[in-house]
Amino acid sequence: MPVAIICGHAVELDKDGFLTDYEEWNEILAKQLAANIGIDLTDRHWELIRWLRADYRRLGVSSTTRHTQSAGGFSIKEQLELFPKTPAKKMAYVAGLPKPQGCV
Amino acid sequence: MTPQDSVPIIPSFGGEGDDGQRKLAIICSKGNLDMAYPGLILGAAALGNGIETHLFFTFWGFDMIAKTRMAKLKFSPVGNTAMHLPIGDARMPQALAPLPGIQALATKMMRKQISELDVPEPPELLQQIVDMGGHLWGCRMSADMMGLTEDDLFDGVEAIINADTFIEKTYGAQLLFI
Repeated sequence: MPVAIICGHAVELDKDGFLTDYEEWNEILAKQLAANIGIDLTDRHWELIRWLRADYRRLGVSSTTRHTQSAGGFSIKEQLELFPKTPAKKMAYVAGLPKPQGCV
Repeated sequence: MTPQDSVPIIPSFGGEGDDGQRKLAIICSKGNLDMAYPGLILGAAALGNGIETHLFFTFWGFDMIAKTRMAKLKFSPVGNTAMHLPIGDARMPQALAPLPGIQALATKMMRKQISELDVPEPPELLQQIVDMGGHLWGCRMSADMMGLTEDDLFDGVEAIINADTFIEKTYGAQLLFI
């Protein structure tokens, strides 16, 4: 497992670059992860990130775009505005969750 | 936070070798419930990867976008030797497949299994594809054969176009025929 130093902390990443430990994530780290992919986090991003992390804690899997819409109330269009082009993967990355495995 | 701190491994969100120009065209030619899903799920997955995606509905695939039929797609075990019974690996004898009620039962079972996976019905998947910026096209010849116009089709369908136009629109695309 590669280890990266982000914001002065060593964090473990999987082969795709996603954080592997739910507990290693924090908000400072999230800002840097978002900056890595060119995203400046707004209040709405934070609401979505907090929902994603709570949902992961509940279900044990990273949310798909569809689930984020149906269960979280964030429309697919809004997800695309907040995390352009590849919303599910970017959301999981910034929220410190594994790469989503769901098909839709 | 300094630039030196930034993580060296940033996920590739586009996929390996993707230059941002990848384009996918999916031709949906079947109207069975089980044959509707592959195109819709692959289309949604492609859009989730930021790939420009076009779906062309032709022949029986028109049932996937015809307002009066799209929510009533059926699954038939007739001719499907891979149809299993819900007991271990037992296959369904083909002689049973055409019996009255089997198609309705098989359709119901498939809908239930798919919904348990939190995968939506075809109309909702179509809407997801449209929401993600996917393009839906109806086939001109099929529309003429079936006597249908754009008013008869799912609202997300952009237009009824001929094969030639579809080929033009999908220049350089990878293509799937289902």
